[in-house]
Amino acid sequence: MEKKTEQLSLSRRQLLGGAAASVGGMAAAPLAAAAESNPANLPPNVPEWTPYLGAGVDVNPYGMPSEHESHVIRRNVEWLTASTESSINFTPLQDLDGIVTPNGLCFERHHGGVPEVVPADYRLMINGLVDRELIFTIDDLKRFPQVNRFHFLECAANGGMEWRGAQLNGCQYTFGMVHNVQYSGVRLSDICREVGVKPSAKWVLAEGGDSAGMNRSVPIEKIMDDCMIAYSMNGEALRPEQGYPARLVVPGWEGNMWVKWIRRLEFGDAPYMAREETSKYTDLMESGKARMFTWVMDAKSVVTSPCPEKPMMAKGQNLLKGLAWSGRGKITRVDVSLDGGVNWKTAELHGPVLSKSLTRFTMPFEWNGEEMKVQSRAMDETGYVQPTIQALQKERGVNSIYHNNSIATWLVKSNGEVENVRLG
Amino acid sequence: MYGLVKMRHFAKSMVATGVFAGFAMALSGSVNAADRPFGLGTLATAEQIAGWDIDVRPDGKGAPIGSGTAADGEEVYAERCAGCHGDFGEGVDRWPVLAGGLGSLVTADPVKTVGSYWPYASTVYDYVYRAMPFGEAQSLTHDETYQVVAYILYMNDVIDDEFALSNETIGSVKMPNQNGFMLPDPRPDGQLASAPCMQNCEVSTKIIGRARIIDVTPDKQ
Repeated sequence: MEKKTEQLSLSRRQLLGGAAASVGGMAAAPLAAAAESNPANLPPNVPEWTPYLGAGVDVNPYGMPSEHESHVIRRNVEWLTASTESSINFTPLQDLDGIVTPNGLCFERHHGGVPEVVPADYRLMINGLVDRELIFTIDDLKRFPQVNRFHFLECAANGGMEWRGAQLNGCQYTFGMVHNVQYSGVRLSDICREVGVKPSAKWVLAEGGDSAGMNRSVPIEKIMDDCMIAYSMNGEALRPEQGYPARLVVPGWEGNMWVKWIRRLEFGDAPYMAREETSKYTDLMESGKARMFTWVMDAKSVVTSPCPEKPMMAKGQNLLKGLAWSGRGKITRVDVSLDGGVNWKTAELHGPVLSKSLTRFTMPFEWNGEEMKVQSRAMDETGYVQPTIQALQKERGVNSIYHNNSIATWLVKSNGEVENVRLG
Repeated sequence: MYGLVKMRHFAKSMVATGVFAGFAMALSGSVNAADRPFGLGTLATAEQIAGWDIDVRPDGKGAPIGSGTAADGEEVYAERCAGCHGDFGEGVDRWPVLAGGLGSLVTADPVKTVGSYWPYASTVYDYVYRAMPFGEAQSLTHDETYQVVAYILYMNDVIDDEFALSNETIGSVKMPNQNGFMLPDPRPDGQLASAPCMQNCEVSTKIIGRARIIDVTPDKQ
């Protein structure tokens, strides 16, 4: 039994560690060595890539990452869902720097697969309680005044497998249902002026053109406040899996509401009570009653290095890295503990610190091989403090699935290995 | 708007031939254009809206004309639904369980079904018509949809097998868990009474769970 466990952990390390596995070699020895280098490429020798011409322009008309970064990919957890068309995968947060998620690494959540929308045939219909029921083409949308904004998008179920205890051994699997890109698009308040919203309109049903016909009710106040119809992410057209050619952006609110491939907005005087806002995305409490319309994503943070996929590689000077975000505004402070929450130090926030956007933090530290229990705790401009799992369990029990924004603990062992653990 | 007869296929074919597209464009230049700050988009015709406006609200608004009983729906369910959801709504493999689960919401293993959890019958109609069968969206007729929804409600003892579920009755069906939801959102919750502790904090640092022991993390690419 002992032996089997060891073998399993080794194979897992090889997968999850990616580059770390290849440089660290054995699971039990992440400290053992830096990357295996070829001395012929090292000083004073001239490396093999220097004397000869490399690839010219046009070899890759759309550039791709280095082949040495092929482990940096989205991954799913097969046992979570019945089919990949109605499923989710996870952003490899542990491999990223800064606050921008590259488009190809933004986690995916589909309910009926990725539709192949032909842009010339794309239409956005606005109907219901408006003065003028209108249909827009994608070119129409691009003629409206444009806004460009960074926002995180987090699935309400991010961390949902961790309510009862430490379950998945990876930063990617426990925090990776979030991404952060710059959206370009149209303010919904501008579209509302164009159609002339009637005073009786209190709710908007947003509906997608995918095979699930994804639909969610959004209150009119949020629509008018900061919602967008986006057609670009990080400067290029939305990726098909992110809603090409247009999606709803609902800053700070749960990702399920950000309807992709958006085809229709209906203005009404009452919520529509669609499947996703009744049977799903409601939070079951211990009483057997469920919270409904829990839209905001509360403040949260995670240490992305070290983490289970990023073991400690060397003693001495090290850099702790992490991400924090809040659906209620800007992150104002992140504290880090290396001893399981007994003592905390405030980390450095790196700009830009934007509202409802991922925010990067780092903290240099010295490591001498002692065991560490690494935690981070985010605070936002409303004064909200990221809670412990015990504080959330006390309020909500363990059956709510959604909105687990509690503090996680990475156990760093003396050999450098890192494991997702639960303290209590 | 909700009272419109759904004319989906009619509207679709007319749009395809360009009849309504041309008509709408002609309208957009003359009707209300002065009120529009940007003058973008074209007026939607009633037929275009009818083809896409498929949502149904709890009060029955938007429900298309049609009806069906559970007795009628048994065959449609067996043919189009049971492959994934099981003959009795018990769910095959990891596909959703549709029936049962009453009383389970307060247990460690809540079973959320149409009968035990869903607050409105309209939601079942709205979802089945727009998204089911999985991969064959909007392929059921409205009558077939009423039949299947009636059958699912019947399996959950919400209606009897002769009850005619229709655009006129769907808004009045009372679901067992209709009062099982709480509004508004009470968050923020789980907050500290004072500023967060920074030094020598009294917390337990004992490890009570380990992901390695649980061993459910995927280990293949």
